Amino acid sequence: MTKYDELTEFLLLLGDSAMVQGQRLCEWCGRAPAVEEEMALMNVGLDLVGQARNWLEYAAERINDGRDADMLAFRRDERAYRNLLLVEQPNGDFAVTMVKQFLYDAWQYHLLEALTESADEQVAAIAKKSLKEVTYHLRRSSEWMERLGDGTEESHARMEAAIDTVWRFTFELHRCDAGMQALAAAGVIPQADELAQRWQTTVADVLEKSTLTMPEAARSFYLNGRDGMHSEHLGILLAEMQFLQRAYPDASW
Amino acid sequence: MYAQMVETGVKKVKGLDEMSAEERAFQEKIDAEIKIEPKNWMPDAYRKTLIRQISQHAHSEVVGMLPEGNWVTRAPTFKRKLQLMAKIQDEAGHGLYLYSAMETLGADRDEEIEKLHSGRAKYSSIFNYPTLNWADMGAVGWLVDGAAIVNQVVLQRTSYGPYSRAMIRICKEESFHQRQGYEILLHMMQHGNDAQKEMVQDAINRLWWPALMMFGPSDADSPNSAQSMAWKIKRHTNDELRQRFIDQTVPQLEFLGCTAPDPELKWNEERGHYDFGDIQWQEFYDVIAGHGPCNRERVETRRKAIDDGAWVREAAVAHAKKKKQQAAA
Repeated sequence: MTKYDELTEFLLLLGDSAMVQGQRLCEWCGRAPAVEEEMALMNVGLDLVGQARNWLEYAAERINDGRDADMLAFRRDERAYRNLLLVEQPNGDFAVTMVKQFLYDAWQYHLLEALTESADEQVAAIAKKSLKEVTYHLRRSSEWMERLGDGTEESHARMEAAIDTVWRFTFELHRCDAGMQALAAAGVIPQADELAQRWQTTVADVLEKSTLTMPEAARSFYLNGRDGMHSEHLGILLAEMQFLQRAYPDASW
Repeated sequence: MYAQMVETGVKKVKGLDEMSAEERAFQEKIDAEIKIEPKNWMPDAYRKTLIRQISQHAHSEVVGMLPEGNWVTRAPTFKRKLQLMAKIQDEAGHGLYLYSAMETLGADRDEEIEKLHSGRAKYSSIFNYPTLNWADMGAVGWLVDGAAIVNQVVLQRTSYGPYSRAMIRICKEESFHQRQGYEILLHMMQHGNDAQKEMVQDAINRLWWPALMMFGPSDADSPNSAQSMAWKIKRHTNDELRQRFIDQTVPQLEFLGCTAPDPELKWNEERGHYDFGDIQWQEFYDVIAGHGPCNRERVETRRKAIDDGAWVREAAVAHAKKKKQQAAA
């Protein structure tokens, strides 16, 4: 698989993750537990797809091979996607959706907060804009964690099961590879261990308030979004999302 | 029109001299264009008719998300995906806003939603048609929202205050959706390939007649109109609004370079309006009665959403109760 420079790879991680999470939220359309949630889920999704566009526009500028953000989002194969494994997991019930959303929001929030001071001006600018939205996303998903964790017996049991379903993919939220180390050394992104610590603290705090159990740290295994080693779910998701661009490559929409 | 064939439960419109003092005062207010507000006295039939109409309208907004949800996961570019997501979000907002207006009349949202799921409450017939290609996202915006606007613009002057205000707000957003929808089609016609142009014409062919049916039966077969007009819940007849819609839409259709699936559609200089062919009313009544192409799927999807979400809503209530108890302790 083609690997780009470290920053571009990092932009793809951010953009692809927001895009895939946004796509999963689109799948909820007309199926949410209440009309208020229809609005909220679509609203969060809208923010994320907008953020994805900003990150991928910057990535496209750096890749500079004639492809724009649309081409990166709607024509790349699953092996070239760099998103977190967590966000490509199926929606499951509302508990799984909310646990995924919360774990991702906590990661985004701390990462974006640090990125607002990135040595790369464009990264800092996009992060600043996104942070406002993600601050709200995290507040909202934290509230749902608490409501559902500390709601009824059934909702509690569903939340414990949901955590069990997706927790194994969280190793990517506190991992650091050589590329990220280099970016951190250059002041472009935060130090991975500091970020991991903040994520851990937020998650532990919210889970405690929600009367939910925090599992042991997830360990990395065969799959790895950064290398395009995805679960089988991503290919299907992209097949749907990319259908028109793939079926009509010369079309203008 | 998102509310069709709303029952008034009234066989004959009363004259002022046949009314009680309360009824007469109410009707005089309406005649003087004074808005009726939630705490004002109103005839029971007026209240019930409005609940029916506003709930149909709210259900239509929510069910109307489904045909668009069919394509939101397949929108072709960032721009189109973001536009469609924003539109769907607006529709959920309209649904909420309308349910709130309905609740000012003493109706209960859950009860009205249950009526939808059990087939006792209706929603606009248009949403029982499938969306079969991407151009449908343009055609729905242009024709369906366009038809809704023609109706809703006049409903901004409807006699019930909360409904009128909801319409004013909703109309602004609907106009935006309509322009966006038209732009999707125009772009495909002007910059698209042959396959895309075929999609546009195909979408128009399928949605043209159902869009005209949105205005409801012709006046001769619209027994509830007279009372609704007297109450100024309705301000123009179905046929008037349908004609208005056709007159404003045909030039846009021509500008697209497309045709309507109606060989009789042509300008009538004498009338100053377009003539058009006969509407297949049997199809309309079949769809309204639940026999349209997607009725079953639409209602089942909505019912499943609310059933599957029951534990979520129960948990939210239980949690709020716990919090309240903790605060009191």
